[in-house]
Amino acid sequence: MSSVRVLVGTRKGAFVLTSDGKRKQWNVDGPHFGGWEIYHVKGSPVDPNRLYASQTSAWFGQVIQRSDDGGRTWEPVGNEFVYDGQTGTHQWYDGTLKPWKFTRVWHVEPSLSDPDTVYAGVEDAAIFRSTDGAKSWQELPALRNHKSGPSWQPGAGGMCLHTIIQDTKNPQRIFIAISAAGAFRSEDAGQSWKPINRGLHSQYIPDPNAEVGHCVHRIAMHPSRPDVLFMQKHWDVMRSDDAGDSWQEVSGNLPTDFGFPIEVHAHEPDTIYVVPIKSDEQHYPLDGKLCVYRSRTGGNEWEALTKGLPQTNCYVNVLRDAMSVDSLDACGVYFGTTGGQVYASRDAGDTWEPIVRDLPAVLSVEVQTLA
Amino acid sequence: MIRVVLTAHLKNLARINGDVDLDVNGLATQRSLLDALERRYPALRGTIRDHATHARRPFIRFFAGGKDLSHELPDAPLPEAVARGSEPLLIIGAIAGG
Repeated sequence: MSSVRVLVGTRKGAFVLTSDGKRKQWNVDGPHFGGWEIYHVKGSPVDPNRLYASQTSAWFGQVIQRSDDGGRTWEPVGNEFVYDGQTGTHQWYDGTLKPWKFTRVWHVEPSLSDPDTVYAGVEDAAIFRSTDGAKSWQELPALRNHKSGPSWQPGAGGMCLHTIIQDTKNPQRIFIAISAAGAFRSEDAGQSWKPINRGLHSQYIPDPNAEVGHCVHRIAMHPSRPDVLFMQKHWDVMRSDDAGDSWQEVSGNLPTDFGFPIEVHAHEPDTIYVVPIKSDEQHYPLDGKLCVYRSRTGGNEWEALTKGLPQTNCYVNVLRDAMSVDSLDACGVYFGTTGGQVYASRDAGDTWEPIVRDLPAVLSVEVQTLA
Repeated sequence: MIRVVLTAHLKNLARINGDVDLDVNGLATQRSLLDALERRYPALRGTIRDHATHARRPFIRFFAGGKDLSHELPDAPLPEAVARGSEPLLIIGAIAGG
């Protein structure tokens, strides 16, 4: 029988939530790495028991943990992230120049084909790759060395590379996104990169239509249709039908189009989910009502999903890596909040229940559907 | 034998119970002590000092005998009481909130 494993990263440790395929009774295991910030945990699609976790701390720096038994036991592996060659400078918030400095790993992305290969998106923005199960890391420096690099500047959370998407049909193609530089695409497995931000419009930057400088919060792709991308930008929900060459706004009837995560239904490539947040100043839901919005039309037409979610006095946020889906039938949708709740829907978003209510602030949620 | 007392975060990370007793090659300095510590517990590499430059991480502090040794040079001899094992070297996280 199928089962589901939900990997939760929080401000003070990691948690592993498991259930059988009915998704009604949940076992909560953790905290792992108690006291440390766990930015992201993700499993290999090739070997689901191979998990990678980014464990980080302002005091003690970066640790990468690896599990080979689905999160029961963990081993610290390589944590040496050294930029390749001269690092140069990027812009600081005030426009002054600041040397690139490694701070932490925001996102780990295991390879689609090899459990020992894994990518890491880091702050200050760069992409690293390991081919030995995270024992050692090498930068793919062409991204950081892109001619636009000196103009990149951090978003409020830091200059982070937070999204890594591997094309399911073309192993040479990788998409990444950086706050606040924007989205980039490689057609040669990371040897060169092209900005893919045409159509993005950001009124809060000097040139609203700039080639780079947009605060992209998250990009999602359905594995069956890698040319179609969905983006939650700082403000605006966007869609591309040409692998990022051009984008169109699909915010439609959303009550606010600011937000962080965006996710695609496991079986319906045009069904997408966002969590609208009031504004970039007020990082909480509109009117204190936590709502997921679903579009079954690939954007523009949205419906509020509220059953089981708090509709009064709710002022949590849902961060960019904190939403995921399972691939059961019906599709399960999961998200975690800065208030420590992890909500699950086993009917594609129609109704919601909390799996847990009182974890530390949730930074990331990934879901594995196990045979 | 030099005795090292680590902050709980690092003991948990390296799965250390209690204090650590270390033999140091040659002169007992911060550098030789941390070299020995990281050799025995590779999980601690990069958590106390930078991998490449060996600079102390900003929120890590070293104390012994009631004195702050955080800003001593890495190759300066450790205090005699630490070198002979009668005083532990404390490696702790700075108190900076949360």
